Amino acid sequence: MTDPTANLLEIENLEVRFHGERTVHAINGLDLELKSGEVMTILGESGSGKSVTLKALLKLLPERRTAMSGSMTVGGIDVMALKGRALSDYRGKTVSMIFQEPALALDPVYTIGDQIAEAVMRHERVSKKDALARALDMLKRVRIPSPESRLKNYPHEMSGGMRQRAMIALALACKPDLLLADEPTTALDATVQIQVLLLLRELQKEFGMGIVFVTHDIGVAVEISDRIAVMYAGNIVEEGTVGEIIKDPRHPYTKGLLASNLHDADAGETLSSIPGSPPPLDVKPDHCSFAPRCAHAEERCLSALPPVFKPGPGRRVACILEEGRAPQRLGQRLPEPA
Amino acid sequence: MRKGIFNRKTNAVRAVDGVSFTVAKGETLGIVGESGCGKSTTARLLVGLEGIDAGDLIFDGDRLGVDLSLKDLWDGVQMVFQDSYASLNPRLTIEETIAFGPKMRGVAADEARRLAHELLGRVGLAPARFAGRYPHELSGGQRQRVNIARSLAMKPRLIILDEAVSALDKSVEAQVLNLLRELKDEFGLTYVFISHDLNVVRYVSDRIMVMYLGEVVEIGPVAAVWEKRAHPYTAALFAAMPSMDPDNRTEVPPLAGDPPNPIDPPSGCRFHTRCSFAEPVCGKTRPKSVAVDGAADHDAACHMLDPISGHSKSAGGSRLEAAE
Amino acid sequence: MSTTVDTKVPAVPARPAAEQAPAQSKGYWQGVGARLSRDPVAMVCAGLLTLLLAAVVFAPLLPLADPFTGSMISRLKPIGTEGHILGTDELGRDMLARLIYGGRLTLMLGLLPVIFAFLIGTFLGVLAGYVGGWLNTVIMRTVDVFFAFPSILLAIAISGALGAGIVNSLVSLTIVFIPPITRVAESVTASVRSLEYVDAARISGARALTVVRVHVLGNVMSPIFVYATSLTSVSMILAAGLSFLGLGVKPPQPEWGLMLNTLRTAIYIDPVLAALPGAMIFLTSLCLNLLSDGLRSAMNIKD
Repeated sequence: MTDPTANLLEIENLEVRFHGERTVHAINGLDLELKSGEVMTILGESGSGKSVTLKALLKLLPERRTAMSGSMTVGGIDVMALKGRALSDYRGKTVSMIFQEPALALDPVYTIGDQIAEAVMRHERVSKKDALARALDMLKRVRIPSPESRLKNYPHEMSGGMRQRAMIALALACKPDLLLADEPTTALDATVQIQVLLLLRELQKEFGMGIVFVTHDIGVAVEISDRIAVMYAGNIVEEGTVGEIIKDPRHPYTKGLLASNLHDADAGETLSSIPGSPPPLDVKPDHCSFAPRCAHAEERCLSALPPVFKPGPGRRVACILEEGRAPQRLGQRLPEPA
Repeated sequence: MRKGIFNRKTNAVRAVDGVSFTVAKGETLGIVGESGCGKSTTARLLVGLEGIDAGDLIFDGDRLGVDLSLKDLWDGVQMVFQDSYASLNPRLTIEETIAFGPKMRGVAADEARRLAHELLGRVGLAPARFAGRYPHELSGGQRQRVNIARSLAMKPRLIILDEAVSALDKSVEAQVLNLLRELKDEFGLTYVFISHDLNVVRYVSDRIMVMYLGEVVEIGPVAAVWEKRAHPYTAALFAAMPSMDPDNRTEVPPLAGDPPNPIDPPSGCRFHTRCSFAEPVCGKTRPKSVAVDGAADHDAACHMLDPISGHSKSAGGSRLEAAE
Repeated sequence: MSTTVDTKVPAVPARPAAEQAPAQSKGYWQGVGARLSRDPVAMVCAGLLTLLLAAVVFAPLLPLADPFTGSMISRLKPIGTEGHILGTDELGRDMLARLIYGGRLTLMLGLLPVIFAFLIGTFLGVLAGYVGGWLNTVIMRTVDVFFAFPSILLAIAISGALGAGIVNSLVSLTIVFIPPITRVAESVTASVRSLEYVDAARISGARALTVVRVHVLGNVMSPIFVYATSLTSVSMILAAGLSFLGLGVKPPQPEWGLMLNTLRTAIYIDPVLAALPGAMIFLTSLCLNLLSDGLRSAMNIKD
């Protein structure tokens, strides 16, 4: 991971299908790249497949009910082929994850210190004493007050914000190359949420890892990320830097999401909202999944998958509206207005 | 229409302590605050789902328990709950759910059914398609529409919306907020809108009430509270909102730490443990609610605003520099 | 009337997820039945139990030997003997006939106490769970007293006090099963009561009894019912145990537990024959338990 231009994470044509009582095509041909040291947010609503993507990256999906295809590599490791010992080395050491509910992700019967030390000892050959020293160091780094005594606390003895910090300490204890964050601030109060976001930003600089951050909240995405990928019905519809997505959204879904954000709506004015609701995904999409809700939809949107346009490096839009205008826009977009 | 003074005491938690406020007919009062601030308890008190230990609830001039029975209260006040799944009986079709209330009031079954269909249509769910469905066959947004229709079926004048849009996706949230705004005008409703999301509360409310650990810290018209942010907690809460500007991200968190446990709230001003302006007086005396800039409709409970509190910044009612 | 006032109207008519589903939904029990029928284990068990039940009910119509008359010269014939497919017992009576006639009493002693206890326990548990307060304390602490004794000990003690006999066995088993059912009923009622749809029903001004009937009972019945089904096998085994100890059914009545008792002396002569009533008890309770498991997952309506 010495080459800063190399991709830390590459996902190519990932498909995830759950079968059971109902078949769900959760992810449909997803491509995603992340450079090391980059923070990418996957922005999407419930059922868009954003959390499934993270779980697929850690191979956490129930094997018997899941069919997966495509390729995923993290730092050159072929994730699809991992199993047994290599898989447990990969989990926690190469990639680790933080969750929305730390109360459920932390083990209630062990102290915070023991849990972190245990994770360190599992991946590195160190003594319990050294592992506990590392745990203490991690608690300091996530700015938990009086870390020495917190080391001996059980998760239920901590407040929500502290638990989330402890979980971040646990996830970063083995210095992973890639951190997956599944709505880690959604359950927190506003004044605590911003603390955790700022902490993650600092830690990212300190540890230099890549982060894939999943959220439904645009405001959170803007605070944390370098780039944003907007996900809808199991695929990415638009990707770009935070500035590009916020100031120059191209896909009608992104535009709709931004418009329905209340950030600068005036009281009493009618909010522009996206009509309808997302598709059920019981069949694999063979046309633009957003077309039934789209004001610009044409006949061809319903007959074939939309083409993916790449108007610039790291920028892509899966919509026919990009046709013909992408080249001119490319020149205008640089330099980015301050 | 006005609400009196509550003072709910239990052995464990004083979930809401010494809270007084009024809601004027036809307005929307927004209540914001973080977890444990007592906003949901306030909601349940307003519809009589929790008993009041001390204080009064006055609806339309009638005092609950004196001139007003719970049953009378429920004729005028209804509630929309947060969890759209837990608030619908999974074993009843949505038509049965909506018709249940009117039937309990003696409306004939046929008439209740007709009303249910009419209201379903009004909240945007075609009755022919949806009336016979069960809650688990609907999406979150559709279920919340059913919840709204159920409360409307009781023909209330006041609806308490307890985090009614918090669990919804953003694009659905906008749809439901638009619906609520239309219904308010059409049925002449009054809302008490409770949420942890300042953006939503700011958008829907005429007046805003900020709560912290069971107490009201600031109350006033949306524009005035938004501009002045008289209480340091209000200022922090507003500053904690995401900036939505990639070139101007938040750099310093407005507050450190978590809200304290409401079971054992701090003495004096309950916010003094997290407040950057705290002085000894704040830990000792509970601040009085005083008018902000002499405005009759804008109050805040902070020693810095009270000229005789003894806080060093209070002399001459000096304005608080925003805590951002 | 439109609810979402949009600045733009979709060019293609929207067809959101739920609108593609059929307009009229299946009822709850239809759904449970459909899901249960897709569970092969549960269906096999249900088939076996139905077969057994049919054999037991229509026993007099079947071409069986008299279960009461034996012959001293044909005692303890092995399985497969001419005229006695499953052999004969220690008094020379036909085993097949005795097993089928014995099933009548054993199944009755398995089912009836659970049905009675289900009715009484549900009533007590829902009352305690919904009303709460001192009533809850009185009911649940009383139940706890019964919980202090192991169920088999309690059944023996009550039966011993009441004296041997079928009716007394029924009474004692019913008493044994009331506490566990009450406890389950109380806990599910308390959790349903805290759900918001019960609050919503209360603020619509409905009387407590109506709220319980419409909103509570429907949602607590299925978990209690599933739990009660799992008790039938226990009840059957306890009934057999009481008979085995001479506290239940009296000879010469055929009953599986009693048969196990009287055949135990023959265990060294023909162990397979002596184990037959036990095998019946085992098979039946296994089927009941597996069926109750299937029912539990079929009643889960989350998806």
